[in-house]
Amino acid sequence: MPSLGADMEAGTLVQWLKQPGDTLARGDIIAIVDTEKGAIEIEVFENGVLDRTLVTPGQKVPVGTVLAMIRGAGEAASPVAPAPAIATAPADKATAMRSAIAAAMSRSKREIPHVYLSTTIDMTKAMTWLAAENEKRGVERRLLPVVLLLKAVAKAVADVPGLNGFWIDGTFKAGAGVHVGCAIALRGGGLVAPAIHDLDRKDLDTIMRELLDLTGRVRGGTLRSSELADSTITVTNLGDLGVEEAFAVIHPPQVAIVAFGRVMSRPWVADDHVEPRTVLTATISADHRAVDGRQAGQFLAAIDRRLQIPEHL
Amino acid sequence: MTRAEIQDTVIQALVSVAPEVGSATLKADVPLRDQVDLDSMDFLRFVMELHKQVGVAVPEADYGKLASVADAVDYVAARLGLPAR
Repeated sequence: MPSLGADMEAGTLVQWLKQPGDTLARGDIIAIVDTEKGAIEIEVFENGVLDRTLVTPGQKVPVGTVLAMIRGAGEAASPVAPAPAIATAPADKATAMRSAIAAAMSRSKREIPHVYLSTTIDMTKAMTWLAAENEKRGVERRLLPVVLLLKAVAKAVADVPGLNGFWIDGTFKAGAGVHVGCAIALRGGGLVAPAIHDLDRKDLDTIMRELLDLTGRVRGGTLRSSELADSTITVTNLGDLGVEEAFAVIHPPQVAIVAFGRVMSRPWVADDHVEPRTVLTATISADHRAVDGRQAGQFLAAIDRRLQIPEHL
Repeated sequence: MTRAEIQDTVIQALVSVAPEVGSATLKADVPLRDQVDLDSMDFLRFVMELHKQVGVAVPEADYGKLASVADAVDYVAARLGLPAR
């Protein structure tokens, strides 16, 4: 049973999608597991053959329990004791998610010395570019401002890598890739932050498509195990609620979360006069054990810089 | 397409992005933002759904004209060439 986030303690096997004897390739969906975050598709991380399953549908097992044995081509699977079953508690979904969030956030505020920095970013160029771009596009290919923000954060990692990764066992471990967790609110309460993998290497259309897909699956369908387990940094966008500025809580063991407020028109001093500009507030919460205010400030400046050349995002 | 059919389509499109909204409880003249929890992603899905169902592509500049169900029906009707109410 993979850990799908620091807050997860157990999961219930819903269904096997592969049978013993089936050939498996990396990335195949092998099973569906039910968690506080909803039904999750479990992916395989190696090629091989499914030797046998050790957990039966309906069984709730702790994180770390072996679910099945997979053998590589031509090798024998090593025997593993059957998993200890723990009490099945089909608790109310919303209550379970609430307690999962409570556990992760309490741990974060108990263990992580947060440092918060905030800046106002001139979005005039980015929004002008986006409006012109969307005018050329059909409805189905339209981009939302958040896609530019996500890409700017991912690209800022290249300038300041120290915010992308984890604080584990007293040291910073850099993330392997830039997997950006996107905080998505559920209708009627609750929150999940699945990752868009290697976001720094994806173009805006791909990011928009994946975000639409993720939002749809968070709110209705299923998420994949890899999407919940391995975000290296998280972004939350509260602008739609009219929020001007937010100070978010880091999701452990990550070391940073970036929060964006709404895009708004404000007076701005340019050279020697005041003019209306489109701006938004970006805030970073960083783990002060892993980084100092200086790096966090440099990270915000890098996001700003990237947003001034939207055509290069 | 009649005005009543347009209204049904608009309401169905809204319900498809916000399933907790009852089509019966949705008030035509009350601004959507006061009765439906729609973020920018939801609104885009709503516009996509309208495009799929009635073939009307709403430009971003016109989003403000879809503030309520009644406004959206008027807008779509006008785009389809129906006479004004």
